[in-house]
Order: sequence, then structure tokens, then C-alpha cells
Amino acid sequence: MALPQAKLTATEVRLAGLSLPSAPGWTRLAREGALARVQAMGMPGRRDEYWRFTDPADFVSAEPVPATHHARQKIPVFDGMDRVRLVFVDGVFDAAASDDPALAGIEITRLAEAQGQDIHWAADLYGTLEARGQEPVDRPLAALNTAFATDGFLIRATGRAEKPVNLIYRHESDSSDAILHHVIKIEPGADLTVLENGPAAARFNKVMEVEIADGGAFHHVRVQGRDHDRRAATHIFARLGREATFKSFTMTANGALTRNECVIELAGDDGVAHVAGACVGDGADFHHDDTVFVTHDAERCESRQVFKKVLKNGATGVFQGKILVQPGAQKTDGYQISQSLLLDGDSQFLVKPELEIYADDVACSHGSTSGAIDETALFYLRSRGVPRAEAVDMMVLSFIAEAVEEIESEEIRGEIVERLVQWLARHRG
Amino acid sequence: MLEIKNLRASLEEEGKEILKGLTLTVEAGKVHAIMGPNGSGKSTLSYVLAGRGGYEVTDGSATLLGEDILGMEPEERAAAGVFLAFQYPVEIPGVGNMTFLRTAVNAQRKARGEEEMDAATFLKVVREKAKELNIDAEMLKRPVNMGFSGGEKKRNEILQMAMLEPRVCILDETDSGLDVDAMKLVADGVNAMRSPDRGFLVITHYQRLLDHIVPDVVHIMVDGRIIKTGGPELALEVEKNGYADLIGEAA
Ligand SMILES: Nc1ncnc2c1ncn2[C@@H]1O[C@H](COP(=O)(O)OP(=O)(O)OP(=O)(O)O)[C@@H](O)[C@H]1O
Ligand SMILES: [Mg+2]
Repeated sequence: MALPQAKLTATEVRLAGLSLPSAPGWTRLAREGALARVQAMGMPGRRDEYWRFTDPADFVSAEPVPATHHARQKIPVFDGMDRVRLVFVDGVFDAAASDDPALAGIEITRLAEAQGQDIHWAADLYGTLEARGQEPVDRPLAALNTAFATDGFLIRATGRAEKPVNLIYRHESDSSDAILHHVIKIEPGADLTVLENGPAAARFNKVMEVEIADGGAFHHVRVQGRDHDRRAATHIFARLGREATFKSFTMTANGALTRNECVIELAGDDGVAHVAGACVGDGADFHHDDTVFVTHDAERCESRQVFKKVLKNGATGVFQGKILVQPGAQKTDGYQISQSLLLDGDSQFLVKPELEIYADDVACSHGSTSGAIDETALFYLRSRGVPRAEAVDMMVLSFIAEAVEEIESEEIRGEIVERLVQWLARHRG
Repeated sequence: MLEIKNLRASLEEEGKEILKGLTLTVEAGKVHAIMGPNGSGKSTLSYVLAGRGGYEVTDGSATLLGEDILGMEPEERAAAGVFLAFQYPVEIPGVGNMTFLRTAVNAQRKARGEEEMDAATFLKVVREKAKELNIDAEMLKRPVNMGFSGGEKKRNEILQMAMLEPRVCILDETDSGLDVDAMKLVADGVNAMRSPDRGFLVITHYQRLLDHIVPDVVHIMVDGRIIKTGGPELALEVEKNGYADLIGEAA
């Protein structure tokens, strides 16, 4: 299957500046396999159906579009929490700024250091879920990541982690181009929370592979924000065993271009997977894309996708979400909702919700709406004396609430709401 | 206190006139009731006074303590002392009742140049008033009006009114949907707020409410105008004979 010339050229251009690590160790096979996938698929292009609403040009260009690093927020998100901080600066691990990973009470190893060691569980996983996630839709940026990732963390929880692990991605250089790959394994009955925040780099390509064994639980909360010019393409590949739990929430504010893909495979009976996102975008240079693919391949699993986007001044939001129910996945409970609140007529919300069902005894629903602020509710708030701007903020929080409520931890939920409140206050009018 | 003179208002979109030269004065310390057939414009009057969008005032005036309110934003009217208990209180998911109420109380205080109420005092006051209205403390933790029964929503309106301490209280069919006991609670709540410097405009269809909240004046509103004004006996007359005679009389 020969690639069209345009794709060949684009792929050559993107690969030109990249090289496989000199001592890949046990990752060699996975990296070579991923590179072969990249060459077979080619880089994504505007004509690809999966990229109909989001132009991938800035993800595949030879050099990243420069992104100005903005002065650090006074208090970074999650700062008040007891957690283990692992800090990357422009994609380079900063040990001095990080906590001792051992404090989390679980196995944490840097990918860049682990390649020479013999880590069986990671060798089995690295690039494996990514490769599985290439069916039935190509995700070439993820394969590119597996091939060329410079670092990341290999995290294995065998029990309940003592503290959340907080991956912090600082951005300092205007032209940084970072590729990080994390592999996470939750052993039976184990429980881990991973927090992520920070703009990371001018261009960030990140993959997180998460294998959750029977009865394991993985919680993920991510805040992508701040730097207006940053661009990020991220993938989460998760596979769940029996009675496993996966919960992921992402808040995005600012950023010229974000594509967050989440590919979930419910492989064991009675698994629960929730993926949620709230994004707030102000201005025509904001483009945010959530692309989700949930496959039910076992009985009685529950999946929920809850995505809310608040868009103003010409911002663009995209949602592509699919629930695939395989033959035999009886009693599947699948839910998907994607909604946008358009604060003006210039903003747009582009959606492609999909259900594909091959089992007969399932309950799946999906819905998508796009609308303006409810004037009656707004009047109700104002009639009690709440000034218009504050009332609008309240309505925005009200709109987003269903997504934020997906975060189980009350403490983290409070953090997120607080960030939203601050962002809204800065973006009035 | 609240003076409405020859007020004319139309629907902005359709241009249809709803209020057709309405004149009414609510004196401080008094309770005025408005009764009138469905569609006569009672809710419209309440919305126009509270500042809801979608209506165009084409003539006349409305002042509160001598100050024109029609040119004000809804939140400014609230701070000036206008309160409307909605016929259909609005549900707002994701916004806590308490957060909302405290924001409202403090926004009004701020607008009036008063000091904000601290969290502890607020909590204490709201709990007391909620108890008087038989509103469960658990209910207050829920989002605004979410999962409230019809009667609970109406009681929540009265709780907001009690917390905001307005100068003029407009109650739009606060009695509808209330059981006998709840009606008594609401009436007690309103009566407790009666004071020499506060006026009430109570919109209702039923004489029953007026047994509990005894009005000083009763107005009959038909087709966007007050066609008759009298004492409490006017409500009894409506209860007995309906509006037909009154309309005939006025024509
Ligand atoms: N937004 C609107 N769009 C169209 N018509 C409206 C609107 N608002 C009010 N009206 C019309 O204006 C008239 C007056 O309505 P309003 O709700 O004020 O009556 P009301 O006296 O409160 O009636 P009820 O006793 O049934 O509550 C009605 O004919 C109604 O249909
Ligand atoms: Mg009405």
C-alpha cells in the first residue's frame, strides 16, 4: 500500500530531524516497530477523515511553531496537595526540581535510564497498547512518539500508592519540541492517581499507556493551560481488566492547538471507564480537539464520556467520540455527551459522535448540543443582585459542572473549580 | 414607595403590547394584591419591574423611592431593593444554593457600599431563616432549585427574599403548587417581613393566600390595565363571581 506523495513528503520532513536513541536497550524492538508503522501510515494530513476538523500541519512540521513562555503563575495548580512531583522542563527531566520518586511507595523509573535495565513488565507494555490502538483508526503521531520518545516514566503500582504522582511539564524555551512516553501498570487491586499539569513545550507530543489489571483503579487529572502559543498532541491508551476502573479528567485553558486522544479498551467484565474534559477557550487562536475511542469487548462494562467546551471570541472546539461495542459485549452501559457553550456567534463547535454496536443487549446513548447562555437562568441570578459578569461565570461553571463532577477527589475538584473561576475572571467580556 | 405610572410595555420581538397604561402605587408598609385572568399581564408586569430582557417599555414610568428603576440593570434594581419571587423558579445545576445566595447577598451589599457578610454570620442567619421556613439544611447544599419539589422551590424563593431584605417584594403566584401547610409557612415568612419601610405586591389567583397575607389593597388587572381597585372584599367577590362582572362593569 503505497502512500500518496504528499504524505510521503510530509513524513520525510517530520522524520528528518528525529533519531532513535543510540542505546535503546529493550525498547529497540518497540521503537523500530513503531517507526515502521509511521512509515506505513504516514503523517496525518488535512484530508484524513480523522483530521477533518483539526489541521495537523503544526504537529508534523519539521520545526515547532515558536511559543512564547509566559511568566509562571503565582501558585501552580495542585500546589497545596501532598504529592510526588516529577518535573520536566521542555521535555527534559529536572531531578533537582523533583521529589524523590520513592516517596510514592510504588515503582517509578525513568524511561531514559531504564532502557539498559531489565524491566519485563515495561518491555511487555511499551508501545503495545499504542500499537493496538492503531486499529481501526490510524494514530500516526502516537507511533511517532513510541519510536522517538526521549524520556518519560515507567510506573508500576502493586498496591495503593501513598501519594498521587504529579507530572509537571514546565515550558521555558520558545522553540522546544518535546516527546515523552509514559507507561503505567496497575497490578490487581492496586490504586494510583496521576496528576499532570503545565504547558510542557512549544510543541508537545505525549503518550501515556495504562494497563489496569483486574480490580485495579487508575485516576488521572490533567490541567493543560497557560501558554497561548503552545501546541500539544496527546494520547492515552488504556486497557482495563475485570472490575478495573479508569477515570480521566482534563481541563484545558488556552493553547493554540490541542488534540487529546483517548483510546480505551474494556477487555474484562464489569470494568468502568470514564473520560471527561472541560475546556475554556478565548480567541480565534484557540483550537481544542477531544478525540475519544472506547471499545467494549467484555460484559457489563460501563463507559462515560463527558465533554464540555466553553468557547468565545472565535474559539474552536472539536469532539470526535466513538463507542464501539464488540460482539458478545452484552449489558454494556455506554454514555457519551459533548456540549458546547458558545458565548458569541464567532465561536464554533464541530462534532462527530458515533455509536457502533454489535451486541443486542446493550444500553448506549449519546448526545451533543451547542448553545448560548440560558437567558432565563441568567436573569434569575441577576435579579438576585449578582452582577452580569459574575452571573455569566456562574452559568459557565454550571455548564461545566457535569464534567468536573467526574473527578472523584473533592480536593482536586476544588482545585479545578478554583482555576476555572480565576480563568473566567481574567477573560470577562 | 413603588410608583408605576401609565406603564406601557410590548414584547420586543413581536411588538405585541401587553401592559397598556398601568398605574399603581404601593405605599411603604402596605400589601397590595393583584388578581386577574390568565394572560392579563401580571407576570409581564413583574418581569418588566425586575428588568428581564425581551420587553420594550414604550411609555410611562416606574420608580422606587423616587428613583427611576426602568433604566437600571436587573442587578442594580435588586440592589436598590426590588425582589421578584418567580412564578417558575429556575433550576441551575452545578451552582450551590448557598454559594449563590451568599454571592447575591454580598453583591447587593457591595453595590450599596455596605460591608460584606462574613461566611460564619451568613451561615448562621441562613440556617435560622431556613428553619423558620421548614427548609431542610441538606436541601441548601444542593444546586439552586435542583431536585426541589414545586413547593420547595417556592419556599426557597421566600428564603432568598428573607436573606436579601428588599424594599419592595413582588410575589408572582407564590401560592400556586403549595399544600395547605406550606402556604401557611410561606405566609408566615412574608408576614414576618412586613414592616413600615417595606411594600409588597402579591400576585395571586386565589383568595386563600389572602386569608393568610391580608392585603391592604386589591387590584384587578385585565388586559394590561388595572380595571378596579378596592379592599380585601374585592378578592372575595372575584372568588365568588369570577371576573366577568368586573370586566363588564369596567367596559
Ligand atoms: N415571551 C413571550 N412570548 C410570547 N408571548 C408572551 C411572552 N410573554 C408573555 N406573553 C404573552 O403576554 C400575555 C401576558 O402574559 P403573562 O404571563 O404576563 O400573563 P399572566 O397574567 O401572568 O398570566 P397567568 O395568570 O397565566 O400567569 C399572554 O398573552 C402571553 O401569552
Ligand atoms: Mg403569570
